[in-house]
This record gives sequence, structure tokens and C-alpha cells, in this order.
Amino acid sequence: MNEEQIINILSEVKDPEIPVLTISDLGILRAVECAGDTIKIQITPTYSGCPAMEIIQEDIRTVLAKHGLDRVEIKQILSPAWTSDWMSEAGKQKLRAYGIAAPSDHACFLNGEDQPQSCPHCLSKNIEMISRFGSTACKALYRCLDCLEPFDYFKCH
Amino acid sequence: MDLLSTYILHQADNALIMGHRNSEWTGHGPILEQDIALSNIALDLIGQSRNFYQLAASRLNEFAPGESVSEDDLAYLRDVNEFRNFILTEQVNGDWAKTILRQFYFSTYQFLLYKELVKSEYPEIAAICEKSIKETRYHLKWSSEWVIRLGDGTLESHTRMMEAIKLLNPWISELFIPADFEYEAAATGAGILPDGLKEEWFHQVNKVFEISTLPALTSEKKPMQILSGKKGVHSEQLGYLLAEMQFLQRAYPGSTW
Repeated sequence: MNEEQIINILSEVKDPEIPVLTISDLGILRAVECAGDTIKIQITPTYSGCPAMEIIQEDIRTVLAKHGLDRVEIKQILSPAWTSDWMSEAGKQKLRAYGIAAPSDHACFLNGEDQPQSCPHCLSKNIEMISRFGSTACKALYRCLDCLEPFDYFKCH
Repeated sequence: MDLLSTYILHQADNALIMGHRNSEWTGHGPILEQDIALSNIALDLIGQSRNFYQLAASRLNEFAPGESVSEDDLAYLRDVNEFRNFILTEQVNGDWAKTILRQFYFSTYQFLLYKELVKSEYPEIAAICEKSIKETRYHLKWSSEWVIRLGDGTLESHTRMMEAIKLLNPWISELFIPADFEYEAAATGAGILPDGLKEEWFHQVNKVFEISTLPALTSEKKPMQILSGKKGVHSEQLGYLLAEMQFLQRAYPGSTW
């Protein structure tokens, strides 16, 4: 089996906290290498304390084992640090369809105010922040002032 | 223990103890959103501490083959006098104003420090700080907003901020007094001397204090203090914190979830 096929198989592995995104969509799958009969995988956390990392490692092992691949080495790397720019366009679209506003800008050392472009439900730009912190480390909480729905925003980070 | 490992542990201990203190708010926050905010900050900080503990553990194991130290041993099985965190970080939560001010002081320091350490000649330290600095910037933004909101809020919130300033004031000078491990880190290019951050720290804090209608801090020389977290001479408060945090690993060694 080659790297491309492995990456294909790994598209079954979803972020346990945002189950519409695969680890490739999110940009946390950094490298896949077939070294003899061992598969070497590098992943990187979105946030230092992301509690999903261990579940993601288990999920990777489980999915590969289903395909008869059980010699797997997973390494967590920190550099280059993940930013929300690593998220794929497809990933951003899936987020919006799921009701989460996607990061609206480039993350590279933001100085100005970071906020969603629009409400993911009704697309209104008339929105306000409820809290800088939301249901997970990577999200903030907003509300739409037109349709009145609260929503999560995947922060530029 | 070699001084560079101690330098790494100092970073780990600061993040862990701040993280633990913040986690004590989980379920007790003044409103749900801020309960979640502090819990998230705690999560970031404990994550950062894990990265530093893992690095320290791998160094210690490299120097002493045959020994096997893990991140958990370093967090859960060291005693009070072995911890190298700032006295500031172990201060009890008190009210919301004190918790906010402690976070604001610490995040201001940590942000200035990480800004230098991303250039560390020790690649693993640089990588951890590159990862962490974005989180710290966010903590700083959040805590600055709260300092302004409380300082420039009601008479009650302003009075409470003034009280918090008085309570935390004695623990500022320690941040900038270099310890032996910081001299070593600076000499090897792995780290920096913290006295270089002092002026900028006061500048940043006072910028926010001005908007908050709080009186500017001055960096006057303080009489010698006996307590120094960097030397392992802690306040009484750390012992109680560790008793709570380390209880499970001490009572049931090696237990896991």
C-alpha cells in the first residue's frame, strides 16, 4: 500500500469534536510515510491542550487496523505550529454547512479584531460576540441579531 | 538536576499551577460563558505545561539512562520545594477581580517571554513557544478586557480591582529577578534573562490600567523577599494546591483513567 492509499483510508478519521471534518480537512495530518511494513504518521494539535489528540490517535490506529495495518507509529509534532490557515477550503465549507462559522481571515499574527464574516444560518452580517470562548478551545460564541440564532465561530488562530 | 532542565520545569510549573488555579473555577464561574472561558484557559495552560514536562522528562531520561521519568512523575510526584513556579501563580483565586488580575499579570509576562523564546536556539523550546504564543495572546486579550471592565466599571468592581492590586503587588518583582537557571539558559541561547522584559511589562500593564482608570504601577525596588518560587521557597498556598492536585497519584500510584 502506498502513501496516497493510506491518506485515503485516513479520510475516515474525523475530529471527534467537529465530526464533519476529517483530520485532513482540519490540516492536522502532517505526514504519512510507508517505511517497509511500518506506517509513520505525523499529526499536530490545533491547541496545546486539545483533548481530542489522544482520541484521534486511537481512531487512526483503529481505522488502519480495519484494513489489516497494525504496524503504525504516530508522532505528535509542534512545529510548524498549526494555524487555522491549514484548514482546507472543503473543510471550511463543511463547517458552514454544519452551522459553524469558518475562520474568516488569515491567522498569521492577527492584530486587528477577528470575527466571523456572517451568520452561518441566515448569512446576515449583523452579528455580535457573546463570548471569546465557546464549546471547545478552537471556537468562540456569537449570536446573529437578525435570525437571533446563537452560533459557534471557529477562530482564526 | 541540570540547570537547563530546571529552566524547562520552571516554564512547565508556571503553566501547570496557573492552569490548576483556573480549573478551580470550573463550575463556579460568575456566568456560564466566563466559567467556560477560564476552563478553556486552564486547558491551554495545562496543555502547554505537558509539552514542557515531556521535554524535561526526555532530557532527564537522556542524562540518566536506566531511569524512567514521565511527565506525570514531574507534575504529580514532586514536592513543594521542588516546584519552580512564580509565587504569583500559586496565589489563591480570591474573588473574580483577583483571578482576572493574576491572569492579566501572568499572560502579559508569558506573552513577552514567548515572543523571545520562539527565537530560542533550543529547537524544542522554540517549537513549544511557537505553538503556545497564539493561545497566550488570546488569554491576554481576554484578561485585558476584564481588567478594563472591572476597573472602569462600578464603584464596587473598581474597589475590588484596587484590593486585588494590593494583594498581588508583592509578587511582581520575582518575575524579573534572574535565577541561576535563567543565567544558564541565557548563556546557552536556550532562554533569556527576565530583567530584560521588565520595562515592557510595566509599560503594557500600565497602558491597560490607564484605560481602566486604575493607578499606574511603579517598579520601585522592594526590600529583599524571603519567598522565591524560582528557588523553591513557596508560600503556604502551594502546599494546599498540591495536596489537592496530587492526591490521586499519591494515594493510587500509577492509576489511569
